[in-house]
Amino acid sequence: MSAELHPHSPPPAICIRDVAFAYGRHEVLRDVDLDVADGDFVSIIGPNGGGKTTLLRLILGLLHPDRGSVRVLGRAPRDARLRVGYMPQHANLDPMFPVTVLDVVLMGRLGRRLPFGPFTRKDTAAALESLDDAGAADLRDRPFSDLSGGQRQRVLIARALACTPDLLLLDEPTASLDPGVQDDLYELLHRLNERMTVILVSHDVSVVSRHVRQVICVNVEVAQHPSTAITGELARLFSSDARLVRHDHDTGHGGHDHG
Amino acid sequence: MGDFLQALNDFAFLRRALFAGLMASVACGVVGTYVVTRRITAIAGSLAHAVLGGMGAAYWLRATRGWEWLHPLHGAVAAAVVGALLLGLARARLREREETVISALWAVGMAAGILFLFQTPGYKADLMTYLFGNVVLVDAGAMRLLVGLDLAVLLVAFLFYNPLLAVCFDEEFARLRGVNVSFFYTLLLVLSALTIVTLVYVVGVVLVIALLTLPVSVAGKFSAKLWQMMVGAALLSGVFTTAGLALGYGADLPVGAVTILLAAAVFLAAHAGAGLLRRRNR
Repeated sequence: MSAELHPHSPPPAICIRDVAFAYGRHEVLRDVDLDVADGDFVSIIGPNGGGKTTLLRLILGLLHPDRGSVRVLGRAPRDARLRVGYMPQHANLDPMFPVTVLDVVLMGRLGRRLPFGPFTRKDTAAALESLDDAGAADLRDRPFSDLSGGQRQRVLIARALACTPDLLLLDEPTASLDPGVQDDLYELLHRLNERMTVILVSHDVSVVSRHVRQVICVNVEVAQHPSTAITGELARLFSSDARLVRHDHDTGHGGHDHG
Repeated sequence: MGDFLQALNDFAFLRRALFAGLMASVACGVVGTYVVTRRITAIAGSLAHAVLGGMGAAYWLRATRGWEWLHPLHGAVAAAVVGALLLGLARARLREREETVISALWAVGMAAGILFLFQTPGYKADLMTYLFGNVVLVDAGAMRLLVGLDLAVLLVAFLFYNPLLAVCFDEEFARLRGVNVSFFYTLLLVLSALTIVTLVYVVGVVLVIALLTLPVSVAGKFSAKLWQMMVGAALLSGVFTTAGLALGYGADLPVGAVTILLAAAVFLAAHAGAGLLRRRNR
């Protein structure tokens, strides 16, 4: 998308400047600068405890930075919320909760209506369209508790789509899925990326780098790379958590150069 | 059974008791479903005991100040709402201390109730009555209050079904959709507290938590949707309170205790039955 074609080009999906965050005295993020262009497809990677989730929560406006600024779709995170579709890890949800798939997807419509009264036909139509987009239309009346992990992920993506987002944020969308199911899911995300910016959090760089255009490495500090830079040797380095940690120790404060 | 029907025909207090039980069952099924799925049964227990403090205070004020208009249920409602707001605030402001506040409210409500009842001159209200329920206490004044409470709880639960469901299922996502999560959580606590008040005469503050949770758990075995769970739980509660009243009246046993044991027996049977079915299907 070039500037000449779109003189009023949309604001970047994410613009983070000089952000620091600590839980009490425990420093989680430091000197974070981050840009994600409109329409990009990126992955946030890093070791557990490295600050991935904190970064995600800052973008969602669930946490506030100790210093620096976070802009999402050109606005403060809280004001951008209704245009952001978020998919949490399904493992965080009560697996026995009595809801059907359609009930879950309808929750994505909550921000776009009055806070009381039943859902309208328009809400239901939008929810069904999102289910269809996520390739899960056949699941609409199934209890959420009956679904497999891959099906749940699709339903939660459909819920995020029901928000009619400009930015899709996914937390570990492929965690604990079979490789075949993972590939299907990435195919879906590619298709959605034609319409919106997609950011996903992952711990598995070897898989992710084949699919996304940009990789954001988070371990207290943040570094951005085009995914083409993550090749061969590096992908192997990243493929196990132990190596990942060592890699991060090696880079230390001096920089972060996979290049 | 025939004796019970005859007694129903003869005694207005029994008819009121039956009606109070059935009505409370509806609120119980609806709000109990939220309580169970949101996993706030400890909070509901705490609110139930706070209610005792309010009833004791109302009793005491009426006796010492001569406020004849003050019904113990007024005190119960006040304590229930104040307790719910306190716990809502505790969650919003001091997350990690929430447990402490829940336990403190539980014990303080109980202690205050006991002290007030002890200090009330003249007719000594029987503490057991409030702890374990006494349907005979449902006089005409109480009936009006209970009907009003019941309707209010059901109206709010119906109007806000969707945001309440979202807050129970995935609070974080609801927040991100612009739902005022703290408000709805507190609203849920207030609804729970008021439902507890409608159940106080039927089973008492100590037993109320069982009637709020056991029917829901049984209904959950057969429900794919939240509202189905609510309807099932309400029907079951109605059966339990009615059967409890009939059995208790017939055998001259405490109605609240009989009701709860019935509910527990069905709960056990349902879970054992479901377990057997699973094993056979394997």
